[in-house]
Amino acid sequence: MSIKLEAGAPGGPIETAWDRHKFSMKIVNPANKRKYDIIVVGTGLAGAAAAATLAELGYNVLNFCFQDSPRRAHSIAAQGGINAAKNYQNDGDSIYRLFYDTVKGGDFRARERNVYRLAQVSVNIIDQATAQGVPFAREYGGLLDNRSFGGAQVSRTFYARGQTGQQLLLGAYQAHAKMVAAGKIKMFYRHEMLDVVLKDGHARGIVARDLVSGEVKSYAGDCVVLATGGYGNVFFLSTNAMGCNVTATWRAHRRGALFANPCYTQIHPTCIPVSGDYQSKLTLMSESLRNDGRVWVPKDPKDCWDDAAGKVGRHPNQIPESERDYYLERRYPAFGNLVPRDIASRAAKQVCDEGRGVSYKGRGVYLDFSDAIKRLGRKGVEERYGNLFEMYQRITGEDPYEVPMRMYPASHYTMGGLWVDYNTMSNVPGLFVLGEANFSDHGANRLGASALMQGLADGYFVAPPCIGNYLAIQGARAKDTNAPEFKAVEQDVKGRLSKLLAIKGKRSVDSFHRELGLLIWDNCGMGRTKEGLTKALGRIPALRDEFWQNVSVPGSDTGVNQSLEKAGRVADFLEFAELMCLDALEREESCGGHFREEHQDAEGEARRDDEHFSHVAAWEFKGVGQRPELHKEQLTFDYVKPSQRSYK
Amino acid sequence: MNLTLQIWRQKDRNSPGQFQTYKMEKVNEHMSFLEMLDVLNERLEAEGQEPVAFESDCREGICGACGCMINGAPHGHLPRTTTCQLHMREFKDGDTITIEPFRAEAFPVVKDLVVDRSSLDRIIQAGGFISVRTGSAPDANATPVVKDDSDRAFDAATCIGCGACVASCPNAAAMLFTGAKITHLGLLPQGQPERYKRVVDMTAQMDKEAFGHCSNFGECTVACPKGISLDVIAQMNRDLLVAQFKGRTEA
Repeated sequence: MSIKLEAGAPGGPIETAWDRHKFSMKIVNPANKRKYDIIVVGTGLAGAAAAATLAELGYNVLNFCFQDSPRRAHSIAAQGGINAAKNYQNDGDSIYRLFYDTVKGGDFRARERNVYRLAQVSVNIIDQATAQGVPFAREYGGLLDNRSFGGAQVSRTFYARGQTGQQLLLGAYQAHAKMVAAGKIKMFYRHEMLDVVLKDGHARGIVARDLVSGEVKSYAGDCVVLATGGYGNVFFLSTNAMGCNVTATWRAHRRGALFANPCYTQIHPTCIPVSGDYQSKLTLMSESLRNDGRVWVPKDPKDCWDDAAGKVGRHPNQIPESERDYYLERRYPAFGNLVPRDIASRAAKQVCDEGRGVSYKGRGVYLDFSDAIKRLGRKGVEERYGNLFEMYQRITGEDPYEVPMRMYPASHYTMGGLWVDYNTMSNVPGLFVLGEANFSDHGANRLGASALMQGLADGYFVAPPCIGNYLAIQGARAKDTNAPEFKAVEQDVKGRLSKLLAIKGKRSVDSFHRELGLLIWDNCGMGRTKEGLTKALGRIPALRDEFWQNVSVPGSDTGVNQSLEKAGRVADFLEFAELMCLDALEREESCGGHFREEHQDAEGEARRDDEHFSHVAAWEFKGVGQRPELHKEQLTFDYVKPSQRSYK
Repeated sequence: MNLTLQIWRQKDRNSPGQFQTYKMEKVNEHMSFLEMLDVLNERLEAEGQEPVAFESDCREGICGACGCMINGAPHGHLPRTTTCQLHMREFKDGDTITIEPFRAEAFPVVKDLVVDRSSLDRIIQAGGFISVRTGSAPDANATPVVKDDSDRAFDAATCIGCGACVASCPNAAAMLFTGAKITHLGLLPQGQPERYKRVVDMTAQMDKEAFGHCSNFGECTVACPKGISLDVIAQMNRDLLVAQFKGRTEA
């Protein structure tokens, strides 16, 4: 297959590009919209917003989620907020500034025109959500409140206490529920998409498994929309929900969709550290904590404790000021504790690598509120962070008003994803990819409060007209799931499930996932080296082979079988992980969340190589264990000239 | 610590279920309750036995997927805590823990500890929304909202849809769940146009799903992991009464 990557964004002034593009796109006649069936997979911010919006327009939507309800999608767990260039604070914000900050924050690895559009529609999202009844924080005058987030110099973040994702998702879920009741969305609960079906080169349907009956069935439509989230659970331990997986995007990749920048992952600096081998997931604590908490470790490794090694160390409250290293304030005096996520995460890893970390296996740093409590009083701190402190105490059994919190970075978000053009369509015609599942807007690093913005922008405002354009050009087509293309994919899916059940080995699914996760975390996590990546690339195929020979998947393919569900997802992670490491190995530079230890300056800061790597790396599948083919989309910057990020 | 678990095992909706006993040794007190079940399931899986089916997703207390009866209480006895946020330090060495699914006619058992709560989705579909087509919203600051109303709306909007209120209620009523959505939307200016139609439609759906009625036991608010107040039920009843005066008696 010869693939030419064309983003298809219009040239000319960036300010009018999206308007001009919308005008140039074709529109489906209102009376004809009901002739089209659109398959939407996923019900998070992007999926629910797209399904609701497309249904309102008059299309028939078939919507799938593996959970018991659309409201469970993991967007619900986002805490902090959502950015929008409203400039309600009159502090100098503008669409251009949000655009500029996002391109720079992404370390100049995002597509400029996509980002500009994102900043433009951000203002519509806030209007839409407010009209839906999303209870954003308000001032006493009754108008919306904003806060500064993630080191931004303006206050553009809208928030709903520490539950912004929940409230935005419920807004989209309610709009979605209305269209389910109206009969325009047919909802398939507890159905997991296991493959995508192509006909005449276009995405025309999916194969999904009913997780209650076990039935595997085909569903046909005029196009397919994937809004299936990111791949952060490749690390096993992450802040993602237990069910988050790469299966939908990976299966689409195997059918021809290019996977872009899989090595761009975001490690969030403030998560509760691992407490033991049984750990199933990690919990994020909002980065707003860094506004008032001070990060430190003991200067002397003797003062550090590690319950895994039985090392007692010294109680943090007994360590005097002079023997503490407030390393972020020391290294980055201008931004201090508020440096961007990638920088804060790496700095924590460095001090722990030096043997100055605390808690289980020496992987933790202190986040101390004692100064804030002195300044604001206990009540002041409680007003700002009460719910977070409560959550921390519930999980760790420690009182953060008395003892400093402990934090360590964890995988949180993935910027890479399926390659899409300016129309959010992958290189497979008719296959649209939205939200975290695509690669497009965050570059190599996502800024705080930008994920909710992008998911909703794609779902409400960007994808619907682009999908309409595709449908108007193609025309409505026969939807026949008995076609040989569907039957062949159904057979593939069933064969794979039977194969997993037939192994009857001795190792649990989780034990493979945990081993893979640790391997990727150590070698393709916060710091990456040629040596480590090569080692991981050597180990993954062996682990994958062992999985297919020795995994134990009890039960059958009829009825609920959670082991079988997990096994399918882990099998896909075992293939995906190889691509992720390869991408990291080939990208011989450090940018955003991708830090190659070989590429840093004397002070340990990331060094980009714009001459050789100012491109999107989009990979084409060539078979399991075969080297994928690299396609490059060159990135050009007409407005924001690449510069080295500096937060000193 | 060492524990004895009595866990409800049920193959599917139509099969009878029964308790089975499992011994757990050397349970770490820092584990979450669901991690303790993970450990049991890994053991069962490696032995080629079917693990205990239970639901969980975010494990941060916000998605509402998890939930089972732990020693007779939904999500266990710790106040304002979902099952995933309950930690083993709340138990003692030698304890016997009884674990069973949420029980309600409107929540049929799917398998083991997994129940079907789609009845709650259908209540929302009946009217738990504000009709605003994408693109038709006015500027967000065009409608100021009294901060106190907004805060109270938020308190009601924190419901995670886990169903603990139903499971705790002797009548298996879904009034705390339904009242929470009616209160959230009814307190906001944006929710006014559909306010009375909403309460009639949602309560009618509640009855249709075979949820019981409220007789003011108040178990629901105690079980609610988000601490939603009984006030939302009073608000719902008041709105329903006003709806009748307005002549809205049919869904």
